[in-house]
Formats: sequence, structure tokens, C-alpha cells
Amino acid sequence: MDIQLKRGLLDVCVLAAIKDEDSYGYQIIKDMKPYVEISESTLYPILRRLEGAELLTVRNAEHNGRLRKYYHITDLGLARIEEFKEEWKELLSIYEFVTKEGVRNEEE
Amino acid sequence: MKKNEFLAELRGRLAGLSEADLNRSLDYYAEMIDDRMEDGLSEEEAVNAVGTPAEIANEILGEMPLAKLVKARVKPKGRMTAWEVVLLILGSPLWLALLLTLFAAVFSLYIAFWAVIISLWAAELALGTAALAGICVLPVAITQGNVWAGIALFGAGLVLAGLTVFGYYGCLYASKGLCVFCKKMFRFVKGCFIRKEAVQ
Repeated sequence: MDIQLKRGLLDVCVLAAIKDEDSYGYQIIKDMKPYVEISESTLYPILRRLEGAELLTVRNAEHNGRLRKYYHITDLGLARIEEFKEEWKELLSIYEFVTKEGVRNEEE
Repeated sequence: MKKNEFLAELRGRLAGLSEADLNRSLDYYAEMIDDRMEDGLSEEEAVNAVGTPAEIANEILGEMPLAKLVKARVKPKGRMTAWEVVLLILGSPLWLALLLTLFAAVFSLYIAFWAVIISLWAAELALGTAALAGICVLPVAITQGNVWAGIALFGAGLVLAGLTVFGYYGCLYASKGLCVFCKKMFRFVKGCFIRKEAVQ
């Protein structure tokens, strides 16, 4: 798949993984696994990028005597998901057109 | 590999990054290993699942802006001995010149890209202005009695307007293409820095 496209898609996947409640790195990877496999080293730059763009915030919380980073989605992040859904509708109709057979025949 | 060895090696490979960037990366991978161990994996398994320090370091460096990367790489890894300092100073006419040339080359390429883009748009703007002027001159020419000249200029204006529309798309695609090329070039320059690291 096109690298840029996949990159953008993964960004939205990560946002979706923290949409309902705050989550941490390993949990995000596990939640995404049934749909898309992502490695730790792929996730790391995505999280940093999303934090830089203020689509999510990070907080430290204690867990079993150590600190764990929890990621929280911002309003901007939620807006990005909505934007993605809109874009996808457009893409779906293009997909429909591309895969449709006999474009002409139906008109005639 | 144990967690501590893994983190130590990663730290070594990322030497030169700012302390904040470095700790952030290490904290992240330490947390990942801890979470996997909590999930039932042994320490070695957890470390293996995360990936090798070399791969991870390359990925982190690849994501960094070029300026930061160069800074991190140029920074010496340990304290230099007196001899190294002397050699560095004696060799400065050579390496300084080479370094400056390299930067000048990259910089001039960058400027050249922008110069091409700017001149394309300047030509496009000139075309558009000339078209507008040609069209607007018609009523002025008529009031002054030069009807035929006015109509000729009006026609020329319309032709130029057509060219402007064509030119607009040409400029747009050329600019986009140049931007993509520019990005690729920077990625290549970055790649040179990272690959050198990996070989060491």
C-alpha cells in the first residue's frame, strides 16, 4: 500500500483506539491487532506526531510501582476522526465506480 | 537479550539526541517491555518482541527533522583526547571547507527549487495581468476613437487569459512535482546520515 496513505490511516486508527477511554502503548497495539498489525517502533513516531499536532495529550500514571504513559484524545483528535469518516465516504463512492462492471450498458 | 542490555544499546545508538528526546524514547520502550512481561512473556521474549535496538534507532532517527539529526550526529560521543583536538584543528581547512561545500550544495539546490517555483508563478502572474490589461483597455480605446486598436488589444487579452488558465495548471503541477522531489532529496540526505550509523 502507498506509504503516505498507510501512514495517514494508522494515525486515525491510533486515535480511534483511544477514542472511548484513555489507553497506553501496549494496549493500543493489542486493540488494533485484529484489524491492523502495528509494531512498537511504528507506533512511537505516530504517537509523537499526534501529540505534536495536539490531537492527543499524554499523562503519566502509576501502575504496579512504575510509571505508564496514558494517551488522551483531544477535541481536535475527535474532529480528525469525523473528518476521516467524511473523506472515506467519498473514497467509497469512487471505489464503487472503479469496481462497477458495465458502466455504459446501464445508461443505454 | 535482557531489558537493561537492550536499553543500554539503544541509548548508545541514540547518543547525541537531546536528553529529553533520548529519555522519552527509552521510557517508551521500557514501558513496552514491562507491559509485555506483565502479559506473561519472559524478559527475553518481551525484548525480542519489541525489535532490535538497531532497527528502532534507525526508525527514530529517520523520523527526526534534518537539522536535529545533523546536530545529533555531529556532536562527539565522548570527550576527545588532546591529540584528536589538535588533529581536528590542523585538519580544519580541509574538513571545514568540505562541510561548508556540502551544506552550500544542499542549500543552493533548495534555493534553486524555490527560484524555479517563484519564477513560474511570476510568469503566470505577468500573463494574467497582461490579459486583464488587454481586456480593460477596450472601453478606454473606444472613448478615444481607436476602436480597431482597442478590439485588437481585447482579442490579445482574451488569448492571454486562455494561456493564463493553461499556465495555472502547469504551474500547479510543476510546483507539486518539485515539492515531492525536494522531500525525496531531503530524505536521501537524511538516509546518508543514518546509514553511516548503521554500518559502524
